[in-house]
Amino acid sequence: MSGAVQEALAALPELVRAHVLLSAAALGIALVVGLPLALWAAGHRRARVPLLAAVSLIQTIPALALLALFYPMLLIVDRAAHLTLPALGFLPALIALSLYALLPIVRNAVAAREGLDPNVLEAADGVGMTRGQRLRLVELPLGAPVLLAGIRTAAVWTIGAATLATTVGQPSLGNLIFSGLQTEDWVRVLVGCAAAAALAVVADMLLALIESGLARASSRRTLAGTGLLLAALAASQVSWSAGAARERAVIGAKNFSEQYILAAAMADRLHAAGYAAQAKEDLGSATAYRALAAGDIDVYVDYGGTLWANVLKRADTPPAPVLRAALTTELARRDGVLVLGSLGFENAYALAMRRSRAQALGVRSLDDLGRASPGLALGSDIEFLSRPEWRSVASAYGLRFAATRSFSPTFMYRAIADGSVDVISAFSSDGRIAALDLVTLADPRRALPSYEALLLVSPRRAHDARFLAALRPLVGAIPIERMRQANLMVDRDSDKKSPAEAARWLLPPKP
Amino acid sequence: MAEAAFLELDRVAKRHGDRAALDGVSLAVAAGSFVALVGPSGSGKTTLLKTINRLVEQDEGCVRLGGDDVRATAPARLRRGIGYVFQGIGLFPHMDVAANVAIALRLAGVPAAEREGRVAELLDLVALPRDFAHRRPAALSGGQAQRVGLARALAARPPLMLMDEPFGALDPVTRDELGRAYRALHEQLGLTTIMVTHDMTEALLLADRIVVLIDGRIRADAAPAALMREGGDAEVRALLDVPRRQAERLAALGGTA
Repeated sequence: MSGAVQEALAALPELVRAHVLLSAAALGIALVVGLPLALWAAGHRRARVPLLAAVSLIQTIPALALLALFYPMLLIVDRAAHLTLPALGFLPALIALSLYALLPIVRNAVAAREGLDPNVLEAADGVGMTRGQRLRLVELPLGAPVLLAGIRTAAVWTIGAATLATTVGQPSLGNLIFSGLQTEDWVRVLVGCAAAAALAVVADMLLALIESGLARASSRRTLAGTGLLLAALAASQVSWSAGAARERAVIGAKNFSEQYILAAAMADRLHAAGYAAQAKEDLGSATAYRALAAGDIDVYVDYGGTLWANVLKRADTPPAPVLRAALTTELARRDGVLVLGSLGFENAYALAMRRSRAQALGVRSLDDLGRASPGLALGSDIEFLSRPEWRSVASAYGLRFAATRSFSPTFMYRAIADGSVDVISAFSSDGRIAALDLVTLADPRRALPSYEALLLVSPRRAHDARFLAALRPLVGAIPIERMRQANLMVDRDSDKKSPAEAARWLLPPKP
Repeated sequence: MAEAAFLELDRVAKRHGDRAALDGVSLAVAAGSFVALVGPSGSGKTTLLKTINRLVEQDEGCVRLGGDDVRATAPARLRRGIGYVFQGIGLFPHMDVAANVAIALRLAGVPAAEREGRVAELLDLVALPRDFAHRRPAALSGGQAQRVGLARALAARPPLMLMDEPFGALDPVTRDELGRAYRALHEQLGLTTIMVTHDMTEALLLADRIVVLIDGRIRADAAPAALMREGGDAEVRALLDVPRRQAERLAALGGTA
């Protein structure tokens, strides 16, 4: 357990740095845009209602969806304007969070302006203040408590919502939370949450100091608060890692245990080769490949069948070596992406049964299952029954189950363990296949496509000899049994290991 | 109009929607005079007052101060040369009394050390103890607050004072006291004062000249004694009847005592 704590803490400084930078930049933009907007709206009564409605509308979009929406939007802008905007990472996260912070800032700034005593404003005009003097000497100090309350709300929200930036490939404290949730490593989740909460509390306290300074017209308090805030910002941006001079290498990972383990294994290798390895975790399938092609990440592991169907839009199911060869030439031609090789295992859909049940029924292959299926119940994950793989395998072997039930993965394994279902749609590299003593049924007609784990390298690194040399030892080095075992180490409930620990067990660092 | 008056309004008109708030008002005010603008609510007297320091921009006509069109001067600069006191007082709640009184000096760039002496002088002038300088507006009574308002308006030594119902929100004793104190300051400092009030008695007792405004037009313009003697049309007489009857009834009460 202490290993997991240490590992989470080691990742913390870099994640805090990225998290603070993102939050502060988003808040800064929201202020620069929001305050003039609010000031303008205060003078234009008719503009106020639509403006507040617009910023409220943004707020009704769930933060996660808002972040995700900017990915396709930036891609469209990118194509339309022929720019090379990064559609992943800092920019989409920044835009989404800035928009999100607008509501409390604009609403409170408008309220602050409306709450001012009209007599005081008339007096300000009457004594001969210019618009700027009235703003600085009267409106700002009197509106400060309400205005600052809005900024404080925005700061706390932004720091919280910035954890979601992880999902669009921007490192943040969300890295600890999301990977921890996925592998049920609660230490990582807690460290991530506690760090985000601590940042929010510190920001709130410093802003409260500035607020009290403005409200009491005490420039000493205001300056102290502002100074401390800037100092805290600067301190968080100091790079604490000793390897700051190292060249950066960015490793992508999708959102499940196997991907975290493989990313950690690649990070070990790249670190040993002298790179400062950084992970972008929890990427979606489509975004991961695009990020690689665009050079936002340098390397990640994807599966042959996924690339075949999603990137090349192919519906046939050639044997593994043919598929790999076709992918190698096609991806290089299309995007300059290098397929470095297969890691040695597949993570495919496979139909699995308990060993005892399969033996009792004499089922070894899908041909046998076709005969036995009318008396059996199939348990699947939520999407399997609507995927082309299922249509393909069902028609090839004439599968007609007596009943089919859908589960989330965890419950699907529980269901086959307690006999509620006879067959499940497993992932072939899942550690629970071995743990529950399941057998995967052979596919003699090759109805299920090959899902070889392939090491993909970005066009930028495709000719980087040192980079390729660091990763090449992984090719063909991971048999399916070892991958299952490593996945199980992370997924099981007791004696749980972190992905990094599992990676070191899977591929021990060279002495 | 042989010689240029100190303050001159020339056919000033202002519309609110399709209602005329000011319907071509012309008025010449000599330096040193104390003019009361009197009329019922909605007669346009506050609007007229505010065209002088450009808190209201007229639609037509011209306001000249010292012979120059006020619109030739930027509003902020113009207002720094004109004292303005109004019923709402509008002290800045986040500044102490001294900072409130000295605000016009601060805007004019007078150094802080110099401002301090002037604040003491002004507090003396409006008969407030000097140690009030460090009080917050929230700690003042209504009368004290308006004395501070008066000191603030006088700080930059403006030759012209515009007053909009300045004592309207005060209790009768304070109101009378402050009215008489201001009249004395008007003499002492050689000010020109335009005061809006709906209280004919106050106008008659304080001003040298009464201008009655009804429906955006001047309906009477005379010294108090002449106005009481000669009256005007029915509506003007109705306004004058109120203090007259009150005086008679008070006298009658005194007679029976």
